[in-house]
Amino acid sequence: MLTQIEGSRAIAETVALCRPEVVCAYPISPQTHIIEAVGVMVKEGRLAPCEFINVESEFAAMSVALGASAAGARAYTATASQGLLFMMEAVYNAAGLGLPVVMTLANRAIGAPINIWNDHSDAMAVRDSGWIQLFAETNQEAADLHVQAFRLAEELSVPVMVCMDGFILTHAVEGVDLLDQATVDAFLPPYDPRQVLDPANPVSIGAMVGPEAFQEVRYLAHLRQLDALHRIPAIAEEFFGATGRRSGGLVHSYRTEDADTIVVAMGSVLGTIKDAVDIRRDAGERIGVVGITSFRPFPAQAVRAALAGASQVVVLEKAFSIGHGGVLATDISMALQGSGCVVREVVAGLGGRPITRLSLEKLFYKAAQGELEELLFLDLEVDVVERERERMRLERRSGPSAENVLRDLGARSEGPGR
Amino acid sequence: MTKRPIRFYQVGSFAVGNRLLSDAERTVQSDPQRSNSIDSGHRACQGCGEALGARYALDAAMRAANNQLVAVNATGCLEVFSTPYPETSWRIPWLHSLFGNAPAVATGVAAALRVKGRSDVRVVSQGGDGSTVDIGFGSLSGMFERNDDVLYICYDNEGYMNTGVQRSAATPPAARTATTDVVGPQPGNTFGQGKDLPRIAMAHDIPYVATATVADLHDLEAKVERAMSFRGARYLHVLVPCPLGWGSASNETIHIARLAKECGLFPVFEAEYGTVTAVSKIRRPVPVEEYLKLQKRFAHLFGKNPHPEMVTHLQEIANRNIERYGLLDADESPAARHAEVES
Amino acid sequence: MFQVRIHGRGGQGVVTAAEILSVAAFDEGRQAQAFPSFGSERTGAPVVSYCRIDDREIRTREPVMAPDAVIVQDVTLINQVDLFAGLSPVGYVLINTSRSFEELGLAELFLRFPRPHLVTCPATEIALEHVGRPLPNAALLGAFASLTGQITLDAVKKAITDHFAGAVGERNAAAAAAAFDAVVHQEEELSRADAD
Repeated sequence: MLTQIEGSRAIAETVALCRPEVVCAYPISPQTHIIEAVGVMVKEGRLAPCEFINVESEFAAMSVALGASAAGARAYTATASQGLLFMMEAVYNAAGLGLPVVMTLANRAIGAPINIWNDHSDAMAVRDSGWIQLFAETNQEAADLHVQAFRLAEELSVPVMVCMDGFILTHAVEGVDLLDQATVDAFLPPYDPRQVLDPANPVSIGAMVGPEAFQEVRYLAHLRQLDALHRIPAIAEEFFGATGRRSGGLVHSYRTEDADTIVVAMGSVLGTIKDAVDIRRDAGERIGVVGITSFRPFPAQAVRAALAGASQVVVLEKAFSIGHGGVLATDISMALQGSGCVVREVVAGLGGRPITRLSLEKLFYKAAQGELEELLFLDLEVDVVERERERMRLERRSGPSAENVLRDLGARSEGPGR
Repeated sequence: MTKRPIRFYQVGSFAVGNRLLSDAERTVQSDPQRSNSIDSGHRACQGCGEALGARYALDAAMRAANNQLVAVNATGCLEVFSTPYPETSWRIPWLHSLFGNAPAVATGVAAALRVKGRSDVRVVSQGGDGSTVDIGFGSLSGMFERNDDVLYICYDNEGYMNTGVQRSAATPPAARTATTDVVGPQPGNTFGQGKDLPRIAMAHDIPYVATATVADLHDLEAKVERAMSFRGARYLHVLVPCPLGWGSASNETIHIARLAKECGLFPVFEAEYGTVTAVSKIRRPVPVEEYLKLQKRFAHLFGKNPHPEMVTHLQEIANRNIERYGLLDADESPAARHAEVES
Repeated sequence: MFQVRIHGRGGQGVVTAAEILSVAAFDEGRQAQAFPSFGSERTGAPVVSYCRIDDREIRTREPVMAPDAVIVQDVTLINQVDLFAGLSPVGYVLINTSRSFEELGLAELFLRFPRPHLVTCPATEIALEHVGRPLPNAALLGAFASLTGQITLDAVKKAITDHFAGAVGERNAAAAAAAFDAVVHQEEELSRADAD
């Protein structure tokens, strides 16, 4: 049923329809509304049977989830940013043990400096962990992806995180068509574990694996993710059959058929990009956009196919590897090796910096002129950066950079005569 | 002259398979039908107190749980020696996740069993002192606070033994470890205030807290059984000497554990909902030296450059325990005996 | 697309206002998107929320840079925040105040925007009267409905009562209706003054 609803609430309602049996979470902005809503549902008895556990840290949250999963229960949790880092050991552990936990990651920047706003640095921090990472463009897709996520995770025995932009999606109120219980039940059967702690059939889970076998165990995990490259589109297709909606899959293309330049991005910024693309198209530019939904496993083949024909690819992302460059851009470049296509990296929106349609229009114009640098930080306040560099050059005890920058920006906004 | 009660040790002895006892009074281990939760073939050191304690504790838990039990294990000696790739010595469902999360993982297991209507299956979580007192402390406290239905057993060998004998918050003062070496003006571990996990557990007001040693295996089993009669968070702290880490003879593990109790350094007691309910009194009081001298980790207190002040300090700690828990009857206290000798 | 930007302070229901507005539009069959300029919870700090209304799918996620309407819930923000930045030349301004634009020092707005698009509304007073609490957001939504015609008063009232249960919802809806009438009245006075 189509409802005007806050993104977090839509996720909570949808997760509840997936009949999780153990839900545990530790609060962190901007995921709090999701967990609060699920908690209320459990307490009122609307979501039952389900154990809702208030844990003492994110590390506990993932630990409780994986313990529950190992005992055969469908387990769910949610976190962001610092919380993800705090549970990182357990995140790797869940993937390594092959436990199909589903988690919402409300993408948020990682500090220091502390920042509660959206970017993708948290997801990037665990991209090698063995978790499947799916990025939602809208709240509709975010909700739908959770249903697909449980199905995918349990089929493959691989944990799945659904990434949705913190605040931008989680706290946006928009129309979401919520599924009904019957549809979800038909799509998502009860959890049938590959391994389970059962006194009737005792097994030891989590033993040490030495040099003789570790490589093979890791490779098997890799193969499971490669399997996911097939299962993700198949499950999305099945979802389409069940709901009439195209959510999920590996990549989405928009106006790429005859495009010279294709923009690549993940998450909610795709919406703004599409508006900018339409405007540039009206101005005669042959430009399109590809959204990556499945970041891990990385759909290299689908990416190559989607970008074939473009002479220039502009990867716009909300993350970067300090001292190196874009993260997604690196993966895209690797996929495009040998294609002759030029790849330009644009880092934008870090720490919640708004990405405006106007900025994108200017960026795309520049790209069309072939004037885009290899690595660009969109809307960077260059003078502020220069001032801090100068400060550091002049004085050893130049003070904390972040505070200096904030002070500069504060002074600027006050301006003369205000 | 004071009267001393004479005790007969034959019945109610420490012997495991005492033929003089009725079946009901025998240990679980003496039962050929025991579950052998941790079976032979594990790779523990000769004389390992933890292997001994774990075997007794888990079989007792299994019997109390009608063989419906799941074990969660922290990283550490027990986990490592019980699952040498590609073998496992566990005959019960067993999960090892990480070093610091055994209590939280157990919470998850218990929740899953409950939601699936299998509350008949009980959960034991276990780890060494390192995982319990240090890195897993937060998740242990969380489990206690929620009163999750988990029995947590800490096998305390007073250090990070599996990684090469490093100091933990449970390492006693003066003890030599690789990170509190016997060098400098203050050799061995510092004299801090310690981290008394049993008392911290009691402060959470959980249903059952108890301490035990591998010197009295009947007592250990009985405490496990008692713990299993409760639902909610329960904590068992078992002293398990480590011949390697303590520098003791591998055939003296049980003897040393007994001395730890009898000198007062390791009080043995039970508590329910935050209040001590029973105390295992010292039978034959001994000065701490008798206990310390059997362990090379305390060798620097004696010998060529002795540190009698450290021994005195340790004795004071023992005396404080004796007083706090009432481990000796009034006329048997060190002070009283001292007075008696004087007269 | 019609874009609204709402300025206020934490605790005044700025975020809720945008949400209710979006629900009202949704109930009338439109597409609507509402979101706050996000921050940690802090009463009294300047807060901005946004609402977009359209008949097509709303894809963009940027903050509202070029609003068609600006609602100001708290006049102490004047001179603290650039409240009217990007406002369309035919944009609307709705200010929560019992004073006049002139008294607020905002007469210059008359030169930049169509006069009938600029109204004040004593929403806090209306809220105190009807709801007993100085939360102006519901009243301002009623005023907005009258001012812009983007949503009907009925839709606003329904969205309000859906959001606030029971008597609180009813009273807030009444406040919205009172504010709606107040703006109608003000517009009538304006056109009468104009005609003179």
